Amino acid sequence: MGRYVIRRLLQMIPVFFGATLLIFLMVNVMGDPIAGLCGDRACDPATAAQLRKEFGLDKPVWQQYLTYMGNVFTGDFGTAFNGQPVTELMASAFPVTIRLTIVAILFEIVIGISLGVLTGLKRGRPVDTTVLLLTLVVLSIPTFVTALLAQLLLGVKWGWIEPAVSPEANFDELIVPGLVLASVSLAYVTRLTRTSIAENKRADYVRTAVAKGLPRHRVISRHLLRNSLIPVVTFIGADIGALMGGAIVTERIFNIHGVGYQLYQGIVRQNTQTVVGFVTILVLIFLLANLLVDLLYAVLDPRIRYA
Amino acid sequence: MPEPTEPFEEGRAIAATGAGGATDLAMEEGESLEKTPGGPRGTGPEKKPRSLWSDAWHDLRRNPVFIVSGLVILFLVVIAIWPSLIASGDPLDCDLSKAQEGSQPGHPFGFNGQGCDVYTRTVYGARASIQVGVFATLGVTLLGSVLGGLAGFFGGAWDGLLSRITDIFFAIPVILGGLVLLSVVSNNTVWPVIGFMVLLGWPQISRIARGSVITAKQNDYVQAARALGASNSRMLLRHITPNAVAPVIVVATIALGTYIALEATLSFLGVGLKPPTVSWGIDISSASPYVRNAPHMLLWPSGALAITVLAFIMLGDAVRDALDPKLR
Amino acid sequence: MRGATHAKWAALATAVALAATACGGGDDSGGGGGADGIVSSSWGDPQNPLEPANTNEVQGGKVLSMIFRGLKEYDPKTGEAKDMLAEKIETTDSVNFTVTVKDGWTFSNGEKVTAQSFVDAWNYGAALKNNQKNAYFFGYIEGYDKVHPEEGEATADTLSGLKVTGPQTFTVKLTQKFSTFPDTLGYAAYAPLPKAFFDDHDAWLAKPVGNGPYTIDSYSKGSQMQLKRWDDYPGDDKARNGGITLKVYTDNNTAYTDLIAGNLDLVDDVPAAQLKNVSADLGDRYINTPAGIIQTLSFPFYDPAWNKPGQEKLRQGLSMAIDRNQITETIFQKTRTPAVDWTSPVLGEEGGFKDVCGDFCKYDAAEAKKLVAEGGGIPGGTMKISYNADTGSHKEWVDAVCNSINRALGNNTACVGNPIGTFADFRNQVTTQKFDGPFRAGWQMDYPLIQNFLQPLYYTNASSNDGKYSSEEFDKLVDQANAESDIPKAVGLFQQAEEVLRDDMGAIPLWYQNGSAGYSERVENVTLNPFSVPVYNQITVK
Repeated sequence: MGRYVIRRLLQMIPVFFGATLLIFLMVNVMGDPIAGLCGDRACDPATAAQLRKEFGLDKPVWQQYLTYMGNVFTGDFGTAFNGQPVTELMASAFPVTIRLTIVAILFEIVIGISLGVLTGLKRGRPVDTTVLLLTLVVLSIPTFVTALLAQLLLGVKWGWIEPAVSPEANFDELIVPGLVLASVSLAYVTRLTRTSIAENKRADYVRTAVAKGLPRHRVISRHLLRNSLIPVVTFIGADIGALMGGAIVTERIFNIHGVGYQLYQGIVRQNTQTVVGFVTILVLIFLLANLLVDLLYAVLDPRIRYA
Repeated sequence: MPEPTEPFEEGRAIAATGAGGATDLAMEEGESLEKTPGGPRGTGPEKKPRSLWSDAWHDLRRNPVFIVSGLVILFLVVIAIWPSLIASGDPLDCDLSKAQEGSQPGHPFGFNGQGCDVYTRTVYGARASIQVGVFATLGVTLLGSVLGGLAGFFGGAWDGLLSRITDIFFAIPVILGGLVLLSVVSNNTVWPVIGFMVLLGWPQISRIARGSVITAKQNDYVQAARALGASNSRMLLRHITPNAVAPVIVVATIALGTYIALEATLSFLGVGLKPPTVSWGIDISSASPYVRNAPHMLLWPSGALAITVLAFIMLGDAVRDALDPKLR
Repeated sequence: MRGATHAKWAALATAVALAATACGGGDDSGGGGGADGIVSSSWGDPQNPLEPANTNEVQGGKVLSMIFRGLKEYDPKTGEAKDMLAEKIETTDSVNFTVTVKDGWTFSNGEKVTAQSFVDAWNYGAALKNNQKNAYFFGYIEGYDKVHPEEGEATADTLSGLKVTGPQTFTVKLTQKFSTFPDTLGYAAYAPLPKAFFDDHDAWLAKPVGNGPYTIDSYSKGSQMQLKRWDDYPGDDKARNGGITLKVYTDNNTAYTDLIAGNLDLVDDVPAAQLKNVSADLGDRYINTPAGIIQTLSFPFYDPAWNKPGQEKLRQGLSMAIDRNQITETIFQKTRTPAVDWTSPVLGEEGGFKDVCGDFCKYDAAEAKKLVAEGGGIPGGTMKISYNADTGSHKEWVDAVCNSINRALGNNTACVGNPIGTFADFRNQVTTQKFDGPFRAGWQMDYPLIQNFLQPLYYTNASSNDGKYSSEEFDKLVDQANAESDIPKAVGLFQQAEEVLRDDMGAIPLWYQNGSAGYSERVENVTLNPFSVPVYNQITVK
């Protein structure tokens, strides 16, 4: 197990550098950010040159990357154009997005798995068909439409929620945004669990458990569910990274000052330091989440042993 | 302690599939278990063993989900090619004095914020959306299955390298990549959007292709072919590809729908397709701020988009059911 | 092993949850009503550090308008430049000015505002090493080329044209005659700075200190700023509320939605899409007042295809193909006024606002088509109007302008919008002359003078002449106007220059942008100044 983890951690190193280099190059392709800083008029050339020098933009890209990564390892993620250290931005943005992600994941787990178990056990019944159709509808509507409709109906027309999340972004304010963010994944989790349950329902060990005379809820919770959850856990684990970085649309619509908003702001202002800094952390989260999922996999399925 | 590496490999393959993100339905193996016993194959004696493909086709022909979604897609493809068949107007002919007006004779869907006919634009929008979906899927599938397949087949250092590259591309959030890459594109055709989707979408297919090639490689007949001295290329083309292609097709069909929806999201963020291209994504995003006053402007293009995505996902579902070897 | 893992997991999960909630809590603003009531107002994250000479956009401008007062202050209604900290500004030759600073003013940290406060601030703003984006404001002062050379290192630290002559007096020497120089001194870049700004710059940036009617109570970058009334403020324009909370919104549609839901008191940028709902949502709690902002279409004169003799007819034809009335009514719900010249109505007739454009700014499809044909047609058959898609609802109007041109010319592919993803990239392409067609140009005045609407934009090689329009006659008239010390005569000369611009159609004037704002039932006396910034100190809470 230890050797496996070490091997996986070693494999992460090139991926980490590759991904950060990739995003660094991509942001660089966007071009010179200085022109945007001067508003609707041209920067005077001397100031522009001075700014470029200060942000290191006058150096070749590879050198910028090396300098940047060197700084990152000393904990310096650079400075945004408004003079704010990127670490400060992260300190304010990540807690908010972590809360949003927790809400979204909870929805995936609670609603997604419950619906999946329900439909898996009642295959072909009206409840199954209805839920299946609903998941398809959710999958086929772009998230921003869902978000805007939720905001308009729940927030403005019916007044059930506040249409915009306050800067504090407490858990209760994040319920609807979290549900919207989770909606697509929720539909997948439902479908995954349903398939998995239906498949395992006929497995020998379940029949044995039933034959032994175990009560139904015990069969479902101890035997059926535990084995059926493997692909679901895999999916949810991989989804953590996707949710955190993919909340750009949801965060913008619901006024959530999290990672997605900072990334959007960073891209619009072509602020390399902000974008690369945030993506660096997201890549790390993604890699660690994947590793954890693979380890969890062994917990759920005793047949698998990592060497 | 013995080191059974086999489960690890398999575990990884499945885990890797899981990392495929939101568009990955390939893990839903073994759907419609109940369908087979009452199926046509139970009724008569088999004359000769049929291939996976003809079996699948046999099933699909009788699956109402497949027939309905197939017909919808056929219809969409036809109007994508010849929109003038059912819309006589010009989607670029807009009269601002009619802006946001509702349904009226000759204009069943009303007018949008610029006074363009919503019906005409919805019909003409099919082309760009379907182009994006189809070509992005083709590109992703080709690139992904070639890279993933080779990695799976040759294994070793190649596999290690390609897997790491796959991880790198996977780690970049898709929408973020779209914002960065597409914000500098000033080309107003569908190709930059397609190119971006291929660039960030291929790892998903690549992982699945890799996994299924590894599985296929371990089959007895492949081992036998190898023992008989078959060349690498022959083994890949004759023995492995036909058996590894099914999961890829399944995921690709479902991914197609999600690419169409992704185009709309990119347009909402201002980096999707550009005028004079007519697309549902452009219309949905420009109608979305007006949803309170003129919901019809949002309803029709998003309805068309939802139906299209739905049709492709359902088609993918049906194809998966038919191709799943566990049902045989 | 597994048991231990579980326990660790639980501990980790709790830790994450705690960390996540730790930053939560906190109370909502609002608070009491009356004179101590707090007003919450929509805001955007300022793009640059909040230094006076480094702030060139309206979001940072909002803060500066509350925490700083300069020598002059523009009247919130008329835009007239009135003495604020200036006791008097005297000149005999329009080159040498003697400024006397009023006694009795202090910064909110107690430090006295002296002549030195101004001179230090201006020297800081002008120096190349400080990267101040508004440095060019000091360009008329003698010695600017030494502290801010166009190339190479600065050879001086301070402007030789600035001299402190007494505790409250200093002199300014300009490099050329500039009769209206004192009227420009209301711009935020000319604000005085306290010693704290230079002594501990980082601390100052984290919580700026100024001499205006408000002080900054707390500032969490990227989310909100709380400003409190400064009770010892010596000026006449004391704050009539307890303070202002500026809240950053990720999207102005969301800010508007929050206003309707009653969570916000003031939105000063109502998005175009919501304008139709304004009367239903807000009734008379909506203001729509002219601001010193004009939107134009610039042409790429640097592109030979767009710089041929006779093409003025093409440009005039295009101008006549744009149905300004319909677009301002339908798209902007009258928050824009069709343009009739290249300045702004906030200047008033005395200041030089006049219908110079005439028929060329009126929609006439037949004439437009004729003129475009006479002018050689659109180069390449299709023209792209470029704009940035990330801010400012530009897509709506660019599409509408193109549709209007296409209808007038009877060709649905004559004009097409060309969205650019980000403002930064848009400006980059503008300044590096990448566009091969017209592009949007917006100009917000720095100070209400006709000179500010013409010289920076259309004078040969001027700083914001992005399309590289050039006319010897125009330049000559502007030079004459600047040297003229009789104001009405100078204005007349500027108007003559504007006529040259019209005959060349150096840029198509589209419309004047109004400031539009909506407010909640809690607050009253909400107005916008000519720079479309809310006059915060006059707002009262019920």
